Amino acid sequence: MPEGKRPEETGSGISRRDFFKTSTAGAVSTALISKQGIAAPGEVTKLGPDPVKVKLIVNGKARRLKVEPRVTLLDALRNELDVTGPKKVCDRGTCGSCTVLMDGKPVYACSILAIEAAGNQIVTAEGLGSPDKLHPIQKAFVENDAQQCGFCTPGFIVACQSFLVENPNPSVKEIEEGLGGNLCRCGTYKGIREAVLETAAKGGFDA
Amino acid sequence: MNRFQYASPVTKQSAVELLGSGAVVLAGGTDLLSLMKADVATPDLVVNIKEIAELKGLEHSEGSGMRIGALVTIDELLQDSRVQEEYPSLIQAADGIRSAQIRSVGTVAGDLCQRPRCWYYRHGYGLLAMQNGASMVVDGDNRYHAILGNAGPAYFVNPSSFAPALIALGASLKVSGPNGEKEIPVADFFQTPQSEAEKEYKLSDSEIVTQILVPAAAGKANATYEVREREALDWPLAAAAVSLTMQGDQVESAKVVLGHVAPVPWNSDEAAAALKGKAVSASVADDAGKAAVQQAKALSRNKFKIQLARVAVKRAILRAAGMEV
Repeated sequence: MPEGKRPEETGSGISRRDFFKTSTAGAVSTALISKQGIAAPGEVTKLGPDPVKVKLIVNGKARRLKVEPRVTLLDALRNELDVTGPKKVCDRGTCGSCTVLMDGKPVYACSILAIEAAGNQIVTAEGLGSPDKLHPIQKAFVENDAQQCGFCTPGFIVACQSFLVENPNPSVKEIEEGLGGNLCRCGTYKGIREAVLETAAKGGFDA
Repeated sequence: MNRFQYASPVTKQSAVELLGSGAVVLAGGTDLLSLMKADVATPDLVVNIKEIAELKGLEHSEGSGMRIGALVTIDELLQDSRVQEEYPSLIQAADGIRSAQIRSVGTVAGDLCQRPRCWYYRHGYGLLAMQNGASMVVDGDNRYHAILGNAGPAYFVNPSSFAPALIALGASLKVSGPNGEKEIPVADFFQTPQSEAEKEYKLSDSEIVTQILVPAAAGKANATYEVREREALDWPLAAAAVSLTMQGDQVESAKVVLGHVAPVPWNSDEAAAALKGKAVSASVADDAGKAAVQQAKALSRNKFKIQLARVAVKRAILRAAGMEV
């Protein structure tokens, strides 16, 4: 971890000085300020290659950290913030075990830079439910034996959640196609299909 | 991944000023990050173009067709009701990208600019995979390599899902660079590199694709058909896109473009000629498929792809004509 420090949790934003070179940037609308390295037209700040301050919003909490621009969202979550639900398996945007929601949409956290995700709402499997209060899809995974080794499970949970929001009443074919971005090497697809069907049959859940 | 600097301009012009040797464009990033992790791409500067408002949005205008901004995602294209009505070939191509995660962030323009999936290239042997003056592909594991346009020196296949459909529809690209803006037909965008110094598409290090312009498809039946190894996320083994201008029940003119069979999206005038003046039937469509692969030459391990390409053409034609495939 850079500088041996654990990033503190904070709700406060980052100073505009982190982003803007010139004082005229103060006129830029606040909508732009949440993203890293953005300046007014014609004023572009190059960040890195040394670590830069990034604010990620993870499961509703603002988290500040310092990472090199080359650090992926997945590595930032796991190695800097101890959010280890998203798993690092293929690290090439193929297996789906790193799936998280970014502004409500499923993405491969291994294929997005942490700096790109600054200001976006990131939700991981941890953010969907807790051991005491499981999310309906998490509960259905347990009840339908939808995991074996469990390594793909947090990514599948997130992918299933977002799939069910888009397809509240899916057919088996739609489930197979819609979850094509996630792989399970143990082959628990049957249980996963049943968990999705059961969650849908029970009326789904609130997005 | 090597260390790099990062910038996020908000105008097209600043992006172009930042680009140049050693810089790369980051949009969806689904291909770029993989290339960087494999040290195939080792940029000094990554230019994120996602905050450039003028590159967003998909618009239809009466008569002149559709404008797809460079930042339009595969998901946005799939959700557009007019694309669903007028351009089924694009929807069917998008449907083949079986990953909600890639559709969320991957862009249509990025699909055109993704680099080949050739495993020699992805393992650092270069686009032409030459070793001691000879291609490693010819005697190597070439089961997914080219069956057309494969006289050398390139044997990889173009990886784009949308290029065949866009070429069949007569689409063009707007490209911004240091010398201003230019328009280039998608059909002319791709090239077979003759040396490692050349890329497989005509975009210099200081240029970006800003828009895709697709002519109105009114009266044109269009479809894409992909033959694939599995249902989940993967690139097709062979694909074909067709666009048919009909007169009554006869084909007045046709465009047939194959994907994943050659270093470029492969336009088949032979298949188009086989359709001209005919009413579409299973046997006419099969004749066109046969014509499309007449010049095909298998490498040592990919003969099976010739049959798959033939079937892809046949089924794309039948699908465009609204017949059972």
